[in-house]
Amino acid sequence: MEVPILKQGDVLIATFQAALSDDDLSQLRSGLVQQVVRFRSHGVIVDVTAMDVLDSFASRTLREIAHMIRLRGAETVIVGIQPEVAFAMVQLGLTLEGVATALDLEEGLSYLNQKFEKMH
Amino acid sequence: MLDGEIQVAINSDQDIILARQKGRALAAEIGFAACDATLIATAISELARNIVSYARKGEITLQRVNGGNRQGLAIIASDQGPGIPDVPQALRDGFSTSGSLGMGLPGVRRLMDEFEITSQLGRGTTVVTKKWKQ
Repeated sequence: MEVPILKQGDVLIATFQAALSDDDLSQLRSGLVQQVVRFRSHGVIVDVTAMDVLDSFASRTLREIAHMIRLRGAETVIVGIQPEVAFAMVQLGLTLEGVATALDLEEGLSYLNQKFEKMH
Repeated sequence: MLDGEIQVAINSDQDIILARQKGRALAAEIGFAACDATLIATAISELARNIVSYARKGEITLQRVNGGNRQGLAIIASDQGPGIPDVPQALRDGFSTSGSLGMGLPGVRRLMDEFEITSQLGRGTTVVTKKWKQ
């Protein structure tokens, strides 16, 4: 499944769809990291607003994406985790620790801009 | 097959998605609130994932259940896989044998209201878990 990746200046924005299989998620992980390298991006926003379930595999993939991109020297923010999805994740013990999250795309962008200002 | 019973064969990660979509649809039909439907869909996702990871194939059955004056949904996850050697250990947080996160079963138990597991070595595992409408 193709996931649209938008380039907005220094930032890549990936919008995840509702029904992503494990294979889709794994492909996304490598695709996103490749794009970060290709565009020399400093920030990545992963928008999961449309995802109605974030189970252990999806959470682990999101963490891996964030950690891989951090090793590349860029920052990742996960945005748009729905309240009921967050509730289910906590019940499952999935906290995404060490990964930045924000309410929505706008707040994700302003979080990254603040980070960039500190860098320069 | 009983009325209001849905069976989904689980053979690959694609089937995990199908099973949770069917579960969400049945939850909506029973009248669960959106939040509970998400908990149910997440539980189905984890149980189906266990089948794919440990037994390779199995089945998820979704049932509408009645208990006294309340309505609910049951998820039955069954496989003929290797079985779980130590069930109490598998129900403890942080335990896993497949290199996964190891939060599957205790997590599912927290998402749902009732939880039963039977497992026989070499025969397979069956999990029956229910959620009641508030």
